[in-house]
Amino acid sequence: MSSDSRPALDGLRVIDLSQIYAGPYATKLLADMGAEVIRIECAARSGRGGSLPRMQPGGAFGASFPDSDTGERSYNRYAYYNEVNRNKLAITLDLSKPRGVDVFKRLVSISDVLVENFTPRVMPNFGLDYPVLKSINPRIVMASISGFGQDGPYRDCVAYGEGIEAMAGLSYLTAYADSQPLKPGVAYADAVSGLHAAFAILAALRYRERTGEGQHIDLAMREALTPLVGEAIADCAMNRRIARPMGNRDRAMAPHGCYRTKGDDRWIAIAVASDEEWRALCRAMGDPTWSRKAKFATMADRLKNREELDHRLEEWTIEFDHIELMHMLQDAGVKAGAVLDTAELSADPHLNQRSFFEELAHPEAGTHRYPGVSWKMSQTPGRLRLPAPCFGEHNRYVFGELLGMSDEEIDQLEREGVTAEEPLPQPDV
Amino acid sequence: MPDQALAGVTVIDLSQDISGPYCTRLLADCGASVIKVEPPIAGDPSRRSGPFPGDEADPEKSGLFLLLNAGKKGITLDLQSQAGRRIFKQLADKADVLVENFPPGVLAKLGIDFESLSTMNPALIMASISYFGQWGPYRDWDATDIVAQATGGLMWLTGDPDREPLRLPLPQADYIAGLHAAVAVMCALYHRDATGEGQHIDISVQEAVASILEGALTAYDYSGYVMKRAGSRHQQKCPSKVMQAKDRHVHIQSGANWDHFATLVEEPKLMQPRLASILRYRYADEVEGLIQPWVAGHIAREIFEKAQEWRIPAATVLRPDELPDDPQYKSRDYFQAIDHPAAGRLTYPGPAFRMSRTPPEMRRAPLLGEHNGEVYGVMLGLSRDDVVALKEQGVI
Repeated sequence: MSSDSRPALDGLRVIDLSQIYAGPYATKLLADMGAEVIRIECAARSGRGGSLPRMQPGGAFGASFPDSDTGERSYNRYAYYNEVNRNKLAITLDLSKPRGVDVFKRLVSISDVLVENFTPRVMPNFGLDYPVLKSINPRIVMASISGFGQDGPYRDCVAYGEGIEAMAGLSYLTAYADSQPLKPGVAYADAVSGLHAAFAILAALRYRERTGEGQHIDLAMREALTPLVGEAIADCAMNRRIARPMGNRDRAMAPHGCYRTKGDDRWIAIAVASDEEWRALCRAMGDPTWSRKAKFATMADRLKNREELDHRLEEWTIEFDHIELMHMLQDAGVKAGAVLDTAELSADPHLNQRSFFEELAHPEAGTHRYPGVSWKMSQTPGRLRLPAPCFGEHNRYVFGELLGMSDEEIDQLEREGVTAEEPLPQPDV
Repeated sequence: MPDQALAGVTVIDLSQDISGPYCTRLLADCGASVIKVEPPIAGDPSRRSGPFPGDEADPEKSGLFLLLNAGKKGITLDLQSQAGRRIFKQLADKADVLVENFPPGVLAKLGIDFESLSTMNPALIMASISYFGQWGPYRDWDATDIVAQATGGLMWLTGDPDREPLRLPLPQADYIAGLHAAVAVMCALYHRDATGEGQHIDISVQEAVASILEGALTAYDYSGYVMKRAGSRHQQKCPSKVMQAKDRHVHIQSGANWDHFATLVEEPKLMQPRLASILRYRYADEVEGLIQPWVAGHIAREIFEKAQEWRIPAATVLRPDELPDDPQYKSRDYFQAIDHPAAGRLTYPGPAFRMSRTPPEMRRAPLLGEHNGEVYGVMLGLSRDDVVALKEQGVI
């Protein structure tokens, strides 16, 4: 292993106009690998939630602040923002003001990549569509992430990840066999879009290194998610068969599911992919009489009789602690995993031995552990270097050091409201 | 055809099933020359998983294989044989990138792990995808997608709070790992272009999944609060829920402006200060109860259109089979019909993104061993007789 002296994306500068999760996830991947990512936020639409009155709001939302306290500046203390925006810098700039646009163009001229996830009409309204940016910097790679794409009848439709999951066929399948459609428990379409966007950006950069030419990436979140339900679409294309939700069952494996264990709301996932694995599971269970019956002998038998099989298996799993059972089954050669909650995941000995979590000291949120770099690299491992930026924290560095403005000019920007000290109250987080 | 973004990049794809193949599929879409190495006769297990036209199993017609391996070249090679491993080393010597997703330790036993391959080719980038990573106490545990969704935290957060945790449909953990691998490979290429140095990348499916839990892990560290699955609701936003409209399900949520939402659903009671505040999630049942009558009284299409007029991000729950008929996909020519010599003409979801100068392109998946002649003959310079002999010996 070499030292982290030269990160993988050393020298790459990214302007990040993106908000919420899809764009920020893309730039997180780049920032973790050493790119200098500069977030641009404005007071009216900071993308990090507005300034909330100080309170202890309770529930999942309230718990997203350190000690469940929004603090004086809630927008600097929000878990959701601080996790995905670590390793980035942040400035404030109002692009609805001509002076803001001027400064932005200067930033474009010294940057490699621009990421935005507004609806497609926003950048042209600012006078900042791709042809304009290209005329300023022909090498710029611009990635536009939108719900449905930069053209077509739904171009201007607004969408969050949940809506994209619904309209890409994923929510329909995210259900128990007898339930209405549910939704992924995380902003899944956002993460999938951010990942594809980061890939596309790096591909465009490689082309640029060969030719000197930048380009525009048009990533529709729905189009990035759709290949991941491709199997269900293929079945319909081939056989006119309409996919049905299967809950935790599988077309080809039985047992395959989520089984109750000892304790309140504790579960284990078990997948048996072959008859050999079934025999391993039977041995682990002590070869109970029921498991030796012919109706469970082969995969075809078990698939046919899985209702009873699942019931029998759960009568056994319920006697065990889910984590102990995971170890016991894995040792016996059975594919099994405890359904880990966030507390158990944080304590997971394997993740901790691999140093998955990294600690960062944040000036307003305190010192906390965050999920770290998503993969391990032998030469350029990357790491969590910087806590998420406070609102406008890097105005002086970016305007002064990078753009060469004087203190007087920077103060002037603030007086004109082109930059701001704090975000305005915002209704939706 | 315009030059593609990854033209000139040679990828050896030893991977099987979903995670690795989705990674290399992205590389192939962008113009890399991806050579997929499959075991002779059996091929990639995804050739056996279907779906198949007419439900008749045929290794050349598996929908999953055709989707994941579009645009790659296919060769066969038996890595269990010494001759096969010798040829593999020649291939790795000419490769920029190698992607594999065997259980950790398998390639080391065969003498073709990163250490030995990078001695010959120090610029080689190798990505190894496994369920729990290349080291650590769970390294040798075996898993499938549902186990990774469980141990990565995604499953705990998905499903009805009163029922068992729910797996996302189709192997989403595998896809998420493949996506992270593809980004990591591109970062390694960027580094190699600058320094000439290759490297080994260790992608754990568990870690890839744990990376996309939004702020749930950080929220736990911030406050000790364990977020839990919330059915079709969002953890923090209200309203955000799948509801039954007159004809089908829709996903309802409010946009930035609460008065607009209250106007849309024709319910002035939503404007009470208690419900107009961001803290309205405390009264989620009440809020949803006030919205439901309007939703139930309208058809989904109308809800989508009216909501969009107010810039409210409501959405229709579509079935996968309905997607190809959707006007937006049609307008952007997203679904593409591709001919395949065995499977015929099928419709595939198009590339996942557009690029103005180097548009990604989808081509068909290879037949088993289709490019043996080209790769062994032209790329490695073996004679025709050698290739025939290797085939007779069962090496290819």
